[in-house]
Amino acid sequence: MSELAFFIDYSRCIGCQACVQACEECDTHRGRSLIHLETIERRDSVQTAPQVCMHCEDPICAQVCPADAIKQTPDGVVQSSLKPRCIGCSNCVLACPFGVPKYESDADQMMKCDMCYDRTSTGRRPMCATVCPSGALAFTTIEEIMRTRQGRAVNDWQFGGQHVRTKVHVLVPTEVTHVDVRLIPLSSLRSGARPPADPYDVAALLEGC
Amino acid sequence: MAEERPRWREDFPVRWDEDHYMTRRELAKFLTLGSGLLATANGLIAFIGLTGRIPTTPVQRIAAADELAPGSSLLFRYPTADDPCILVRDAAGRLDAFSQVCTHLSCAIVHRPDEQALACPCHKGSFSSTDGRPLAGPPTRRV
Repeated sequence: MSELAFFIDYSRCIGCQACVQACEECDTHRGRSLIHLETIERRDSVQTAPQVCMHCEDPICAQVCPADAIKQTPDGVVQSSLKPRCIGCSNCVLACPFGVPKYESDADQMMKCDMCYDRTSTGRRPMCATVCPSGALAFTTIEEIMRTRQGRAVNDWQFGGQHVRTKVHVLVPTEVTHVDVRLIPLSSLRSGARPPADPYDVAALLEGC
Repeated sequence: MAEERPRWREDFPVRWDEDHYMTRRELAKFLTLGSGLLATANGLIAFIGLTGRIPTTPVQRIAAADELAPGSSLLFRYPTADDPCILVRDAAGRLDAFSQVCTHLSCAIVHRPDEQALACPCHKGSFSSTDGRPLAGPPTRRV
């Protein structure tokens, strides 16, 4: 039996916000909900997707931190910023390819999902995975996932030229071996040209109405 | 990333176990245990000092009291042959014994009956011949 791991099955998310509520209850989050519940193609769809920290093996947030405030524990969990060190510069917020870190202005500190470290370090499941009614968030073994789910659990990501390997797995169709986020390098655009408009850009939608 | 890791990264590692981060709890634990250890050691020393046996010194015959005239002195060694001492009889006939070693730089001191002093010729130190207090010169501790 392999060790417990975190799995996200985006297609199972029903947008109930239970994870968002449960996240607040975690002792290490100090009353803040740090999970993101994203909308997908909001104009045409009600699909939502939970986003916890993916806990990169080489955490970009920690690499860009100028204050040495973000630490990775030996089991691969990337922690929230250390309160005495964080200077609130938001470098990590900009650098994270998954958009996970949040700058909490009232605490003047970056806080992010730490996989409920007080719970998972003692073998208990993170708050969000305990409450998810549809199994979109699961904290279990890879064997159990393979037995009960369709598709394949992958943890390799491609962001343009940047390859990222994460501790958290996502479930994708069986034929997919890694998730390729097709980013368009700004350098490939002609000077002065704007990137192609995203039809589902919420901010642009709000500007139009 | 690992192969092009810059040297400064050794001082500011990403991994928690490579960092020398001390938590408040660790500091509090260190201070508590350290002070506790110090207090215990002090208590132990005090206990030994209170209950330990005081080493007894042997009785040694130096001279008969009437062999020493008032205002004169006698050299002897006590408790071992390496510890020079001086026995002084003052004008009133009182007997006082001191170590003959100056407390400044361990020269031998001599009796000066006319000054009621024990004088050290090395640096012109002087001690009282009645109670051994330093009177003049560099010595600051009693003989």
